[in-house]
Amino acid sequence: MNDELIIGDTELKSRLFIGTGKYSSDSLIPKILEKSKCEVVTVALRRIDLSSKENNILNYIPKDTKLLPNTSGARNADEAIRIARLAKASGCGNWIKIEIISDNKYLLPDGYETIKATEILASEGFIVLPYVSPDLMVARSLVNAGASAVMPLGSPIGSNRGIKTRELIKILIEEIPLPIIVDAGIGKPSDACEAMEMGASACLLNTAIATSKNPILMAEAFGKAVEAGRKAYLAGLGNKSYTANASSPLTGFLNK
Amino acid sequence: MSFYDIYSRYKDFDIDSFYNNISDKDIELILQKDILNEIDFLMLLSPKAENFLEPIALKANSLTIQHFGKTILLYTPMYLANYCTNQCLYCGFNTKNDIKRKQMSLEEVEAEAKYISSKGIKHILILTGDAKDISSVEYINSCVNILKKYFNSISIEIFPLNEDEYSKLIKSGVDSLTIYQETYNEYIYDKVHLKGPKKDYRYRLDAPERACKSYINSVNIGALLGLDYWRKEAFFTGLHANYLQNKYPHVEVSISTPRIRPHVGDFSPYHIVSDKNIVQFIVALRLFLPRCGVTISTRESENFRNNILPLGVTKMSTDSNTSVGGHTNKQNQTNQFNICDTRNVEKMMEDIKTLGYQPILKNWDII
Ligand code: SF4
Repeated sequence: MNDELIIGDTELKSRLFIGTGKYSSDSLIPKILEKSKCEVVTVALRRIDLSSKENNILNYIPKDTKLLPNTSGARNADEAIRIARLAKASGCGNWIKIEIISDNKYLLPDGYETIKATEILASEGFIVLPYVSPDLMVARSLVNAGASAVMPLGSPIGSNRGIKTRELIKILIEEIPLPIIVDAGIGKPSDACEAMEMGASACLLNTAIATSKNPILMAEAFGKAVEAGRKAYLAGLGNKSYTANASSPLTGFLNK
Repeated sequence: MSFYDIYSRYKDFDIDSFYNNISDKDIELILQKDILNEIDFLMLLSPKAENFLEPIALKANSLTIQHFGKTILLYTPMYLANYCTNQCLYCGFNTKNDIKRKQMSLEEVEAEAKYISSKGIKHILILTGDAKDISSVEYINSCVNILKKYFNSISIEIFPLNEDEYSKLIKSGVDSLTIYQETYNEYIYDKVHLKGPKKDYRYRLDAPERACKSYINSVNIGALLGLDYWRKEAFFTGLHANYLQNKYPHVEVSISTPRIRPHVGDFSPYHIVSDKNIVQFIVALRLFLPRCGVTISTRESENFRNNILPLGVTKMSTDSNTSVGGHTNKQNQTNQFNICDTRNVEKMMEDIKTLGYQPILKNWDII
């Protein structure tokens, strides 16, 4: 069965997106992509050093990988828009993950500024993937603003706490006619699997792989978890039942 | 409200009697907590907590990796001038010291910038003495305009400014401010700053906050360890960082833990701060403020810097020279203080990699 994810004009086989920060060495990245089968990587534009041959993280990202530059470091829409334009001008393509954070304590995204930036960048032809709190109204505004996907957080960035916003993400999955990519908070493969079982279109994660003792093995585990979760979703999970389904019902005799 | 109100709350606090009443159990309980309050932090700085240094360090290590990953940002300082109108007892640039004074011309700034950036450094920290007539805001602004052609991030470590002046420099491309209170103890502050504008304790104390109000990206604060009892200085530094983080969540806050270094002049520290003390400061801080940056300069030795790297450190200077134009002009110049770790950028990067960390040269961009 074909089960491709389409974002903008791109078909993706893998539903695992990976971040590139926090690694002890960028040289781990190719192996991580290979083992996880990930096709989309996000890179903070503020970290890309285009002027340096040796220290340019882009050197470690295989050419056939879809680059998703992000606006990490932006504190408002203006800064995010500037970073996005610079990313495009620097040859990073026209995908952009909008990340606007003006709270360094909890690193929660600013929905209002994100909507503003999305509207402007989408009108300029960007494929915009905004990172937001899982708020239905914000997500609806993002649809109207021209976003190509919505990336709600499972729990705060880097917290590894798992899908704490489960109920809200479920509402987005039900209501929003765009791919929902769960971003942030995924700490273990079972969290990623859970997001996929719920019907999320993809998962994005970084800390859980980058800070693991064996990032390459962990990347492989996440690749498999996302695949497993997706398959379970497609297969359709059995309904949960809170009443007993006894094989010999107590009231069965009435029908005899 | 300013941080001074919080300082005032604790300034006469009898820390010794407080520490006498702490038990092992208190420290064990703090180690179980996810979110620490001010008193927990004070307890982690206690002599009692020294018995728990290893478990605190383990927790600090995992929190640092969780929040910052296995990366260390590198930057280098660049001294624009050493003119100074102050008499700080602990500093080689003290106006009373008979040293050769110099201010770099804009051409020299450009040459220095070109040279430093050719080594791969992308984050620069510019410093001047406190001589507002000579190293004026306009002069610094002109330097910033040159430097932004060569560097992705420009930090300033200069005399305190008012909000308008900070705004002006930030608009030109400055993204980060370093300013040390030197000592939070008001009485000692007065004693070691004999003369000059720096005598104004409050104006300096509120400088990081003025920069935050001017929408700066990051501030780095600290005390010059050795002037007062280190546990108090560490406590106030942590409280100050916490205050700024809570009130200005858009700002990245970092802390430095500089110890007094040998310099021209004969000042010796009032209190000796050991390696173990610095470790306790850093790991306690990491548990109190998991997202706070920690900067360690080349004042510390190569060996010590390598060993504390995993404990909470997020930024390090490299290839430092504390004399004016010292990167390109190797002639005998007076240093503000003597540096200890003399590794160049290449060696520093190599050593960080050997320790299993990634050196980051570019983490910010003036866009
Ligand atoms: S510490 Fe600063 S203000 Fe004090 S003497 Fe040195 S350069 Fe001047």
